[in-house]
Amino acid sequence: MNRRKALAGSLAVLALLASACTGTGGSAEGADAEAPDDPSAVKGSITVLTHRTDLVQDGTMKKYAAEFNKTHPGVKVEFDALTDYEGEVKIRMNTENYGDVLMIPAVIEKKDYPRFFASLGSEAERSATYRFTDYATVDGKVYGQSPIGVVPGFVYNRKTWSAAGVTDWPTTPDAFLDALRAIRSKTDAVPYYTNFKDMWPLTQWTNVNGSVGCDPDATTRLAEGDPWAEGADLRVADTLLYDIVRGGLAEKDPTTTNWEASKAKLAKGEIATMWLGSWAVVQLRAAAEQAGTDPADIGFMPFPAQQDGAFCAVTSPDYQQAVNVHSDNKAAARAWIDWFTDTSGYAAANLALSPLKDAPLPDVLKPYEERGVELIDLDDTKGGEVKTIDNRSEVGIYKPDYRQELVDLARGAREGSLDGFFDDLGERWAEARDSLGS
Amino acid sequence: MADTTREAARPGTPAAPARPGRTARAPRRAPLPRRLTPWLFLLAPLALLLTFTYAPIANMIAYSFTDWDGVSPELNYTGTGNYTELLTRSELFEVFFVSGYYLVASVVQIVLALYFATVLSFDVRFRNFFKGVLFFPYLINGVAIGFVFLYFFQDGGTLDSVLRLLGVETDHAWLGTPSSANTSLAGVSVWRYLGLNFVLFLGAIQSIPGELYEAAEIDGASRWHQFRHIIAPGIRPVLSLSVILSVSGSLSVFEIPYIMTGGATGTETFVIQTVKLAFQFNKTGLASAAAVVLLLIVLAVTWVQRRIVPDEKVDLV
Repeated sequence: MNRRKALAGSLAVLALLASACTGTGGSAEGADAEAPDDPSAVKGSITVLTHRTDLVQDGTMKKYAAEFNKTHPGVKVEFDALTDYEGEVKIRMNTENYGDVLMIPAVIEKKDYPRFFASLGSEAERSATYRFTDYATVDGKVYGQSPIGVVPGFVYNRKTWSAAGVTDWPTTPDAFLDALRAIRSKTDAVPYYTNFKDMWPLTQWTNVNGSVGCDPDATTRLAEGDPWAEGADLRVADTLLYDIVRGGLAEKDPTTTNWEASKAKLAKGEIATMWLGSWAVVQLRAAAEQAGTDPADIGFMPFPAQQDGAFCAVTSPDYQQAVNVHSDNKAAARAWIDWFTDTSGYAAANLALSPLKDAPLPDVLKPYEERGVELIDLDDTKGGEVKTIDNRSEVGIYKPDYRQELVDLARGAREGSLDGFFDDLGERWAEARDSLGS
Repeated sequence: MADTTREAARPGTPAAPARPGRTARAPRRAPLPRRLTPWLFLLAPLALLLTFTYAPIANMIAYSFTDWDGVSPELNYTGTGNYTELLTRSELFEVFFVSGYYLVASVVQIVLALYFATVLSFDVRFRNFFKGVLFFPYLINGVAIGFVFLYFFQDGGTLDSVLRLLGVETDHAWLGTPSSANTSLAGVSVWRYLGLNFVLFLGAIQSIPGELYEAAEIDGASRWHQFRHIIAPGIRPVLSLSVILSVSGSLSVFEIPYIMTGGATGTETFVIQTVKLAFQFNKTGLASAAAVVLLLIVLAVTWVQRRIVPDEKVDLV
């Protein structure tokens, strides 16, 4: 008996100790990372945490560093590539050692940015030159900058689509479904591939938000309204996905899909369409080269919805680079971010949208320019709030779960009606939003 | 230290009572360094155990009383708020229905393991080969098994091909519906853990003295009688251990469904749900509470089981 008490006691002490250990101090909060006046004079060694393991392995990042050293000879740049970037950085951020430059993990709440990152300048000043500044703005100060921008859209195989007799981009969800039906009846291709098993491709559907209504305030509407109200962007998108699967226009067995294999299949024309983003075009063209098909067959089209006769496509940032607030070489770190954003050519190499407002559109988006697709930058003032509601409600618009349920519902592996499903989502969303407001 | 070694080297002399004045106490209490020795040996394992098992558990229990999101430096003490939320949200416990599939599967698994162990404990041709075949899956890493079986259940994958060879044309999406997916996953789990149960049973059966069988045979007992009256009672403790492991295993299934389906299509288990709460929705506090509740449930189930089937000492002879 005695011994048991002692054990319980020591466990309690341990628990207390453990709870005292968590919660690191935020003494460095609010520091600025100012750009050095003379690039050649900056000295120091910086570690850059990155999710691009592929670029570190094939030496591309080293080349960037060498290029950077031409103008900043005093800075030594090292890369730390992490396969499970989100998971590992999240844990490292409980300490002070999380590199000098890092990509802001998605789990960090906006309001915590000043605790973790050094400010890059004021929003007013930065937004004149850069896109996406409001995605990392807290109280008028910007804490991160995405080196590239992406535009969501359908990646499709041009050959397959024209074989089915569809050459023009569909302008409504119904026309899009008709096009997929034509592909099903006239070709052997799978009209649409969900990538259900790999999960994250399903989360891409959330990026439709803004494209349907052509509304730069779409994010604010998520925070203030019901995302699944009649006619709301997400409802339109989710309904289209539902109809695709319901109509038998998606792959036969979504539960065993394979992302890597799907790239080659699309390149070969075995898959006609996937909803991804402009970032995927590079990968699919590479897949086409590997499969021995024409990379030019990989096409890219906007969500089938028009406002006043024009398509809209939203632009969104990738991971945003930030300076660790605890870094000893903030000037060097800042210099790297500025160089990487402005002059590295990283965006062009990825066929992505440049974060500089006055830069020309990448080659992938040239068809968009020709057909007058309007690119809109979403206002992200309420972005933090949307994330909080999303987590609190456990709906997960940036997570795959509810769309997996949607696909299951559509193919009859789950009971219920689509309206009931949307109502339930809306209810949970509203409940979480109300609990925040109080 | 030098002193003790020299003493120990002296043959015939008991090491402890070196000084004449202390002879009275010596037989009961060894000198301090001597008494410390076992603890010195235990130091490393205990330190590891405390650091990597008990400290994290204590930490988890501490988190379960907070609203920590897993990364923010800010955390508030919320008392039993997380536990109240857990217990008032019945949908969080609905996932235990999925455990039912695994529970049924573990019954199948134990019966099969017992059958094979019994058969292979007698003299069978290629005995060791079959033992290896049965135990092999348990040695494979769970993640690898997940991937292997993903190809196995794929549309036009291994299972479909094998069935086609046998003349069965099937167009069934094995992971397509909740019941089919859960059955398939439970099947994988049986394949994987059968070996462990089998080895445990085999070991227990082989520890039964051989004379008992001989005596039984002379008395005219059939194989079934031997199993019923010698083997079954002989391995009872191991059987009850297996049942406990199966029940707690069924409640906390994770690896196989997480890798193969990620919890989609109604295959979400309590642990997958907990992981999602912690790492997708950043509710580390709530997830810690869920983990504590699962621990308590497993402990309770084990306790109830021990009450119903007490562990008696087996005496065959």
